[in-house]
Amino acid sequence: MNPSDIPTRPSRRRFLAGAAGLAAAGAAGAARAGDANLPPNVATWSKTLGDGVGVRPYGHPSPFEKEVIRRDVQWLTASRESSVSFTPLHELDGIITPNGLCFERHHGGITEIDPHDYRLMLHGLVDKPLIFTLEDLKRLPRVNRVYFLECAANSGMEWRGAQLNGCQYTHGMIHCVMYTGVPLKLLLEQAGLKPNAKWLHVEGGDSSGMNRSLPLHKALDDCLIAYRQNGEMLRPEQGYPVRLVVPGWEGNIWIKWLRRIEVGDEPWYTREETSKYTDLMENGKARKFTFEMDAKSVITSPSPQAPVKNKGFLVVSGLAWSGRGKVTRVDVSLDGGRNWRTATIDGPVFDKSCVRFYAETEWNGQELLLQSRAMDDSGYVQPTKDDLRKIRGVNSIYHNNGIQTWAVKPNGEVENVEVG
Amino acid sequence: MSRWVSLLATVSFLVAAPALAQSPKPQNYGIGTPATQEQIAGWDIDVRPDGQGLPPGKGSVRDGEQIYLERCAACHGEFGESAGRWPQLAQGKGTLATHDPVKTVGSYFPYAASFFDYIRRAMPFGDAQSLSNDELYAVTAFILNLNDIVDDKFVLSKETWSKVKMPNEGGFYDDDRKTAEKAFWNPKPCMKDCRPPVKITGHASVIDVTPDDKSIRKGGVE
Repeated sequence: MNPSDIPTRPSRRRFLAGAAGLAAAGAAGAARAGDANLPPNVATWSKTLGDGVGVRPYGHPSPFEKEVIRRDVQWLTASRESSVSFTPLHELDGIITPNGLCFERHHGGITEIDPHDYRLMLHGLVDKPLIFTLEDLKRLPRVNRVYFLECAANSGMEWRGAQLNGCQYTHGMIHCVMYTGVPLKLLLEQAGLKPNAKWLHVEGGDSSGMNRSLPLHKALDDCLIAYRQNGEMLRPEQGYPVRLVVPGWEGNIWIKWLRRIEVGDEPWYTREETSKYTDLMENGKARKFTFEMDAKSVITSPSPQAPVKNKGFLVVSGLAWSGRGKVTRVDVSLDGGRNWRTATIDGPVFDKSCVRFYAETEWNGQELLLQSRAMDDSGYVQPTKDDLRKIRGVNSIYHNNGIQTWAVKPNGEVENVEVG
Repeated sequence: MSRWVSLLATVSFLVAAPALAQSPKPQNYGIGTPATQEQIAGWDIDVRPDGQGLPPGKGSVRDGEQIYLERCAACHGEFGESAGRWPQLAQGKGTLATHDPVKTVGSYFPYAASFFDYIRRAMPFGDAQSLSNDELYAVTAFILNLNDIVDDKFVLSKETWSKVKMPNEGGFYDDDRKTAEKAFWNPKPCMKDCRPPVKITGHASVIDVTPDDKSIRKGGVE
């Protein structure tokens, strides 16, 4: 039974507290009524009791934050079971994405798995094929790591020009959380690899049976069999109870609801690594196995969903990440990439994780063309969209890490634009 | 009590010591249950281009047409042309290098395994793993026939698998970003006067395809 369902003896105090909570919820979204809560008046909440403990056994955001949600673009896909929703990057700060706001990408809807019936099968070119229960996995040694996960199609709608107005839609197929899990290397060691093992077939337990080929060298390097995100168990949307973590690589290979790992000697060329997630170049040939996510960044505020509200001091804020290592530097331009200054990175900088950057300026109503460019410890510099198009054309859908431009207008509105 | 604790500490030290020394031999935790051949057979459904993993059975183009019309055509169209936004399965030849590439089984997929395996695990959408092996072979044969890859009399099975040659098998190459995009590794990116004054060449608002979003506060400055 859920703790909130436990019947309790009603009391006048509890009733009042509940009513106050409802009133607050009703007020959220409604227009503010006068200055009754502003000094010198004493605010309502300073005179009444709020909810007691136990009223919110699993806490939720303030009702005043109800617009901070994942959103989807319905014309993108044929059905909502095989679709995507986007992280509201413009409403977040720091580097960690709250679990309920992590973007979703499903191919057969949100799969709900009873943890007692969860099994992970490990077989193929191994000495001892094994099956693990969730409890088995939780008994093994584990590690904690912060990684970003970006869908290879993030910004995929922008190859031919500015299309969607908001960083939630242009860049929101990314999240960054702390995973707890078992190193995949350790799990493979339990079964013992045959000498000719080179690739793994990793497969989900959802009704799409999502499957990809994973090179063994990556599996032995830093992949995790994760069951927690940000301390709590994975959300169903993120593969509860177990997902594969493939740091720095495209999200599609981070198999959710992980059911099976088969060890083999060559790749499988599944639908998801041939028909999808191959990058079609201008000459009609396609790159395959483009696993790494190149360094990328985006200014999250100001941005179309987060316009400038005041003249004067302005903090430009954004996120940067690289699948090839650590972000070492982020530059910001106010004039569309003509002149650059180095932003401040604040907060922890982890390998293959998001970093948060800030650049301070004064804004007095002049038009700005805001850009950011990320650099990583491999020496890679985020390219302009035009530099990418010169090499790749505009048909590749995936791996668009070009520099984003936001135009700030004299009234503070911000728009997704292309510059030339 | 204290003697018991110190005894435990000694034992755990003895057990832990070999793991702390950087032994090349991986540690076995004795966790996990052996998977039986029967258990593996029930879940092991993947198929590789070389035919590894193909199930027993066979299916003809003719049988496949009937199954396709009943189970697939509502989304993919009677001729694989797609109904609505669902994936198109046929045609698209010669479009990959154009401004409007159409990626289908015939124009893009490099191997029959790439869609045989997919149908086997994921189709029909919402009723996955409901086709028998014979139905799976038949519907695959029919989709190949829709793309003029096999003739009307073709029967697909483990034995005829290697006869199927996909037109775009040679259309893929390994990730070459580290060489083709070498210029993006640049230790000293330009900081000042990097380009002539910049002009706006495109607006997202003109295209106007962003979902209506009440949280967007228009006209920012109050």
